[in-house]
Amino acid sequence: MRAIVILGATSDIARATALAFGQAGWQPILAGRDIEAVGRVAGDLSVRLGRPVPALVFDAAQPETHRAFWENLPGPRPDALFCAVGLLGDHEATRHDPDLAQRIVTANFTGLLGVFALAADEFEQRGKGLLIGISSVAGDRGRAHNYIYGAAKAGFTAFLSGLRQRLSRSGVRVVTVKPGFVNTAMTEGKALPKALTASPQEVAKAIVAVAEKGAEVIYVKPVWRLIMLIIRHMPESIFKKMRF
Amino acid sequence: MRITNWGKYPVAESTLAAPRSQADTAQLLRGADTAIGRGMGRCYGDSSLAEPLIISSRRLDRMLDFNPATGRLAAEAGVTLSEILDAFAPRGWFPPVTPGTRFVSLGGAIASDVHGKNHHVSGCFGQHTAWVDLVTAGGETVRCSPELEPELFAATHGGHGLTGFIAQAAVDLVPIQSAYIRQETVKAANLGEIMDAFEQSGGWTYSVAWIDCAAAGSGLGRSVLMRGEHARPDELGKLPAKLRAAPLTLPPAHTLSIPVDFPSFVLNPWSVKAFNMLYYGKAHSGVSESIVPYTTFFYPLDAVNEWNRIYGKRGFTQYQFVIPKEAGRAGLEKILARIAASGLGSFLAVLKLFGRQDHPKGNMSFPMEGYTLALDFPIGEKLFPLLDTLDAMVLDYGGRLYLTKDARMSAETFRRGYGALLDDFLAVKQRWDPQWRLQSLQSRRLGLARQGGM
Ligand SMILES: Cc1cc2nc3c(=O)[nH]c(=O)nc-3n(C[C@H](O)[C@H](O)[C@H](O)COP(=O)(O)OP(=O)(O)OC[C@H]3O[C@@H](n4cnc5c(N)ncnc54)[C@H](O)[C@@H]3O)c2cc1C
Ligand SMILES: NC(=O)c1ccc[n+]([C@@H]2O[C@H](COP(=O)([O-])OP(=O)(O)OC[C@H]3O[C@@H](n4cnc5c(N)ncnc54)[C@H](OP(=O)(O)O)[C@@H]3O)[C@@H](O)[C@H]2O)c1
Repeated sequence: MRAIVILGATSDIARATALAFGQAGWQPILAGRDIEAVGRVAGDLSVRLGRPVPALVFDAAQPETHRAFWENLPGPRPDALFCAVGLLGDHEATRHDPDLAQRIVTANFTGLLGVFALAADEFEQRGKGLLIGISSVAGDRGRAHNYIYGAAKAGFTAFLSGLRQRLSRSGVRVVTVKPGFVNTAMTEGKALPKALTASPQEVAKAIVAVAEKGAEVIYVKPVWRLIMLIIRHMPESIFKKMRF
Repeated sequence: MRITNWGKYPVAESTLAAPRSQADTAQLLRGADTAIGRGMGRCYGDSSLAEPLIISSRRLDRMLDFNPATGRLAAEAGVTLSEILDAFAPRGWFPPVTPGTRFVSLGGAIASDVHGKNHHVSGCFGQHTAWVDLVTAGGETVRCSPELEPELFAATHGGHGLTGFIAQAAVDLVPIQSAYIRQETVKAANLGEIMDAFEQSGGWTYSVAWIDCAAAGSGLGRSVLMRGEHARPDELGKLPAKLRAAPLTLPPAHTLSIPVDFPSFVLNPWSVKAFNMLYYGKAHSGVSESIVPYTTFFYPLDAVNEWNRIYGKRGFTQYQFVIPKEAGRAGLEKILARIAASGLGSFLAVLKLFGRQDHPKGNMSFPMEGYTLALDFPIGEKLFPLLDTLDAMVLDYGGRLYLTKDARMSAETFRRGYGALLDDFLAVKQRWDPQWRLQSLQSRRLGLARQGGM
């Protein structure tokens, strides 16, 4: 059975994606910073899938632990790495709280580089593998109300793009997911426009659909591709005056 | 925000909180003047609506444990039957009782004590629940079962959220050998024939009929009865070899071979054609056999997303009553004639013969041995007077209405229909919710909200 390591397993999107991979015949290996919470997610998945699902500690803010984490994974070597780690934070607060800004950059970008590097090397050597990262349309262009998060996601998007180019000839797929709005803990209580908002299950389905072949940069709701095309191409003189 | 249930009537202007843990749920309940629990909002009226606070089980959606030796599944209340089917049907397990949609939560199935096409064999959902963890009005979690706090357990089934918030529960699934149902369709030219057909179908696990509400005179009661059994692998001979090789796997949706246009075979005006096809297109003997996926047999309406929208903005209500078996023939005749004469109802209604129903002390579940009929009515001015007339007829025959479908009955109708069951239920509620803080718009309308308790 192919195994997929899932970072940020307590995220609503990760839970749905782990289940969808499990139902498609993969073995999920869950990891997250709060081991009790990861354990509860693993318990749910193991009941649904009818087989044990391991739960491990992974904290993006502790990069020194990432090599040991990757090298000591249980079971046969994994075939895929999926990362749903992310932190939105309160943007107002980031303007006065550099620590929070730093935590946002770590969770969405810098804290993820080490483990992706290890997986990339291993998969490259094997000539096979799958790397999936959840980035965001927020990284496509910085906006007034979330540019710290956006900047971190922009960095992660560029990182995945470079990795994809590097690995394109070695049989390793690198998938960047830009889900648009999703109904999750991250967006709880925010009024999201229905037509632009996906459910975690829709995101999961879109990801599993491209595990073997197909696009390597995906927007879950197709309209987002168009929206971001327009936003990216707006002249700066107009863009800077807009409020959204 | 505006919140409605399946019938889109009535509308609540309320807050929908979705706690992620029992502790958060308890805190919400402690801090609220009044509240009610809500699952998937598949009840038709106002059973799971309240103002100003509704507590949703949407984020309490984890499966907790499964025992493959017994089939017992423990899960949080927000887990849906659909998720249970996805996880367990391929492993040979099926919900013991299922309503006509798979998009209901475990908590909702318990709180309404739902029934299915197998009521005459398996009773209601609660007959198969092993225990329930309830967060009470005071914010404490109480486990109840047939042994622990049996009255609270009984009252919580069919109690429509009024005893507390169901946080988690365990239910016993039943074994199946395939994802298919061996179905027989029997056509009946009138009420006498369909009632005979039900009597003769007592040996079948599942039975239900679609009845033509527009037919009058000698055709009154014209209907099609469907009865079924979970198919054994050796009964799947007619299926392609590929499907037979994986009997517990549902066929991919696009290869379904459905005899009629099932998605449109629903309780509404555009189902006329489908019904006629089924009715007139069958063999002369009146009985025909087929092998269908369980989705087709149990959930034909689920194939159409949001079909409730066809009734437009004003919404609709489903009128579901039960009358005792003895009153069956005369009662159904009079009520059907009244509905046909009004011209207001949907073309089709669902008819089912319930079996015996136990009501352990404190329980006020809807079923009683007898005939139950359910049909849709679009909301309109002429509707409510008609339904009041029907209420009076139902009560005179000793019957009652189903709370989970109701949006308009009077406190008086409710009290007369449930009688002593209601008194016993209220005694249990009084003990566990002395300030009567668990309230829905429905319970207020039905006089179950204390003066002063808001
Ligand atoms: C197409 C269709 C077919 C149906 N067929 C049938 C049928 O054949 N037989 C049948 O019996 N019913 C049937 N129903 C009705 C449905 O099964 C019930 O209304 C069921 O209770 C809905 O579950 P829900 O999760 O949507 O709960 P909701 O509709 O949200 O709530 C229903 C009731 O349960 C209570 N409740 C929900 N969750 C909790 C909780 N966690 N704690 C405490 N109380 C809670 C609510 O307060 C409310 O009283 C059908 C409905 C539809 C739309
Ligand atoms: N929801 C949206 O609208 C949306 C839109 C675009 C992109 N995304 C992205 O989608 C991904 C999943 O998010 P979600 O919506 O499912 O929200 P979520 O539930 O808040 O998930 C975020 C996940 O990141 C984990 N995390 C945060 N900091 C971490 C750290 N230092 N180390 C390890 N794990 C950490 C969280 O763990 P804890 O549970 O322990 O906090 C949680 O599992 C994120 O990358 C997010 O940026 C979401």
